[in-house]
Amino acid sequence: MDMQVEAQGHAPGVDPHEQHGKRTYLIGLGYALLLTVASFWASSSTLVYAPAVPVLLATLAIAQMGVHVAFFLHVSSAPDQANNFLALAFGVFVTGLIVLGSIMIMAHLNHNMMPMDELMKMQR
Amino acid sequence: MSAGEQALHGFSGVPLALRGPAPAKVVAGFGFWLFLLSDIIMFAALFAAYAVLSDATAGGPAGAGLFEKPRVFLETLCLLSSSVTCGFGTLAMFRADTRATYFWMGITFLLGVCFLTIEGREFASMVAAGAGPSHSAFLSAFFALVGTHGLHVSVGLIWLIIMMLQLKTLGLKPMVTRRLYCFGLFWHALDIVWIGVFTIVYLGAK
Repeated sequence: MDMQVEAQGHAPGVDPHEQHGKRTYLIGLGYALLLTVASFWASSSTLVYAPAVPVLLATLAIAQMGVHVAFFLHVSSAPDQANNFLALAFGVFVTGLIVLGSIMIMAHLNHNMMPMDELMKMQR
Repeated sequence: MSAGEQALHGFSGVPLALRGPAPAKVVAGFGFWLFLLSDIIMFAALFAAYAVLSDATAGGPAGAGLFEKPRVFLETLCLLSSSVTCGFGTLAMFRADTRATYFWMGITFLLGVCFLTIEGREFASMVAAGAGPSHSAFLSAFFALVGTHGLHVSVGLIWLIIMMLQLKTLGLKPMVTRRLYCFGLFWHALDIVWIGVFTIVYLGAK
């Protein structure tokens, strides 16, 4: 990595300290496989308290996304990656806003709406 | 040097104001990273639609009766291993090892084709069983979300073919390596979206 690139920060996906190479991807693959198998197991296991399964699945999925970002995309919070990391943080923020916001609004609308058969009676 | 000073001056000690424009590789990579994040935000809207509509089955089949977990696990393995082979291909490209780049990108392509074949057969069997996208709001949301992801994978495969042709005709020129490296980012991002798909759509099916 030449001097200029170092001074300008790094693009995502470039391992700034090239010494890892294939090993980084293999470690990432190991973690990702572990988390994938764990979530498939959790979804059909009777060992986990049933109402807790969605929370467990969400945790495993977020952990696996973190593994992919760190080991495959090589985005980290290092000072030379500030631009990539800030963009990622904003992306995660907007994603959360859209998904959680939509679910919350639609659940409230559903809650406040008249049941469908009542609505049908009114129209007659 | 404190963390704040390091952020301002970088490791090379060049002050922010004295640095020239960033090299094309960094600019292209960062721009593509922004595109990927906005693409993920588009997927977030589809995920939100799916989450809201997943109970609206209109008397039709629900998810739990339609999806087969072993098949989804196989799809996940295809995409995950293709992400790793794509990473190996990118490393080989940065080493200027053309043969290894062809090899790893070829494996990436085959794994992508496997993924699309499994997904296509799943869609075909669902439509044949009368659970097509027009049957209920749940199925519309399902086909929109999973179909958009599949469409991205298809576009990625076409992109990969074009990149292999450019590698053959142009060689490892900076513009070719830049494009191939952006393809790698695209492929990894699709794998991240797939984590959301298999967790929310397939494992979370009621």
